[in-house]
Amino acid sequence: MIAIGLEGSANKLGVGIMLHPNDGSTPQVLANIRHTYVSPPGEGFLPKDTARHHRSWVVKLVRKALKEARLSVQDVDCICYTKGPGMGAPLQSVAVAARMLSLLWGKELVGVNHCVGHIEMGRLITGSTNPVVLYVSGGNTQVIAYSSQRYRIFGETLDIAVGNCLDRFARTLHISNDPAPGYNIEQLAKKGTQLVELPYTVKGMDCSFSGILAAIDGLAATYGLGGKEEEIATPPVTTPAVDATGENGNGSITTKPTRADLCFSLQETIFSMLVETTERAMAHVGSTEVLIVGGVGCNERLQEMMGIMARDRGGSVHATDERFCIDNGIMIAQAGLLAYKTGFRTPLKESTCTQRFRTDDVFVKWRD
Amino acid sequence: MAPPTTYTPPPLPTPFNNTHPAPTLLTQGAEARLYKTTHLTPTTPAALKVRPSKPYRHPILDRRLTRQRILQEARCLAKLVREGVPVPALLALDWEGQGAGNAHGGESGIGGAWLLMEWIDGLVVRVVLERWERLVRAEGRISGVEEERVRDFMRRIGNSVGALHRAGVVHGDLTTSNLILRPASPGTAEAEEEDGRVDMDGEVVLIDFGLAAQSAQDEDRAVDLYVLERAFGSTHPHTEQFFEEVLKGYRESFKAAATALKRLEDVRMRGRKRSMIG
Repeated sequence: MIAIGLEGSANKLGVGIMLHPNDGSTPQVLANIRHTYVSPPGEGFLPKDTARHHRSWVVKLVRKALKEARLSVQDVDCICYTKGPGMGAPLQSVAVAARMLSLLWGKELVGVNHCVGHIEMGRLITGSTNPVVLYVSGGNTQVIAYSSQRYRIFGETLDIAVGNCLDRFARTLHISNDPAPGYNIEQLAKKGTQLVELPYTVKGMDCSFSGILAAIDGLAATYGLGGKEEEIATPPVTTPAVDATGENGNGSITTKPTRADLCFSLQETIFSMLVETTERAMAHVGSTEVLIVGGVGCNERLQEMMGIMARDRGGSVHATDERFCIDNGIMIAQAGLLAYKTGFRTPLKESTCTQRFRTDDVFVKWRD
Repeated sequence: MAPPTTYTPPPLPTPFNNTHPAPTLLTQGAEARLYKTTHLTPTTPAALKVRPSKPYRHPILDRRLTRQRILQEARCLAKLVREGVPVPALLALDWEGQGAGNAHGGESGIGGAWLLMEWIDGLVVRVVLERWERLVRAEGRISGVEEERVRDFMRRIGNSVGALHRAGVVHGDLTTSNLILRPASPGTAEAEEEDGRVDMDGEVVLIDFGLAAQSAQDEDRAVDLYVLERAFGSTHPHTEQFFEEVLKGYRESFKAAATALKRLEDVRMRGRKRSMIG
């Protein structure tokens, strides 16, 4: 069976084609094409601009994907698209494209939950059977474990997503959004050495990131590190606010932090929070495997920290690279095809999209 | 991917790596490990809670968090003992986990920060209720005397939780595994099941204040009660019908209990997770 998947819940437009051989052997990726809408430094992507980007690219990408997979329209069994969660306007433009293809080609539609797409793709690529899943991206932050036909959310963010926190700090520092703000923060953080004190907000199984963002934005302003890099060649004289907390005595802050130090501190703090909640979920469900999915899951420091934690629990961490971690079309095709095989269909009348679609709303019929 | 390796727990912090008999590991959670050891004399048992350092964290952040959390727990325990709430007494602690004048190795918290507490004899309430439920199922009915006994027991649970809240502390993780029934006469707890009766006399002691906080807000108190209620529902289905007795015991234990119980109704309606629809 062959499915084409359309994904466009945020600034990436992805088209993927997935083959599930009829003999039950390993599914194959026939095409995985992505085009990203990149906004200028210091700015985020606006829904209307992103939607326009998706509308102008979707046909090109579908054509290219079919060509790359050496398929004709007749070979495709179903069209899978992201039903939610995500940004309204981009979701809509992709849902319209999916409906159009469905009518044009006479193929059935399958609406897919974006989060479930990530989980299923991660499971397929890494071969982990029943892991605790950490789903971290620009719009979502969830610790998930599977139990009786649902992906249950054990912990999640109480406010903004972890990727959103990173992206917005990249805007504060006017770091480039190409290829991704989080990627550029990760590179800058490698040069950081000092840890500045930031709030650490784990509440039970849940995390909160907005206060951390406000705190580090405040630090960037205090030290004159915000804005474009050339503008801060001569930073204004400031009084180091961090020293007032007494951290100096512990040797945490010795000199004025740099931009790299702030990126480093932000990553260390928020990733520690994620690893801590994941560890709690693992202890709770008695699992030793972790699967990291979502755009932030590409971050090698996060993978490293998670690896140390999993190792100490006698387990291991599974992560994928940017082809599968970052939003893509094949994950929608993969999850859609699994549902399609169990008889799931999305009639044209119900082929809507929604900004809010909880991971645990999906009935996972294809797992035991 | 790295193959799964067998887990070897890190060594105990000094001086516990050197005691005879060696501390025995009781449970291992995500945050801490609990040992049984001795204090002052070889025959005085004590509970040792070790918070090992987390190697994935930046050392400065790790030290800050471990220190914060162990002190938080210690402050809550000290306050509760002072207020006469049935909790284990705090005996000693080290938030650095290095002992005084540790010469070898400057790395932070090699063995981990630790907290030494009074040993509470007795069974956890979860086990007491499980035994009782097994007995009831075997007999097929609950006699009037038995029912009164279990109701009284539930009221005492409520009293203990009420005393905790009256002292201005919320537990954060109230389950039946975090309550111990300290028998009125020592040494009877283990031998109970043979005579066909489960001992429910004694004092209900609260343990594990790892997630506790100082708070006098109705919301926090109500969440504590809600967590306990859910724990009863999921682990003791036959005893759930008597949960109202816990609330009754709670209500009569302090003045502000009434408003906390009112808030509990809101918390029940809300559940733990808000729906993301609309």
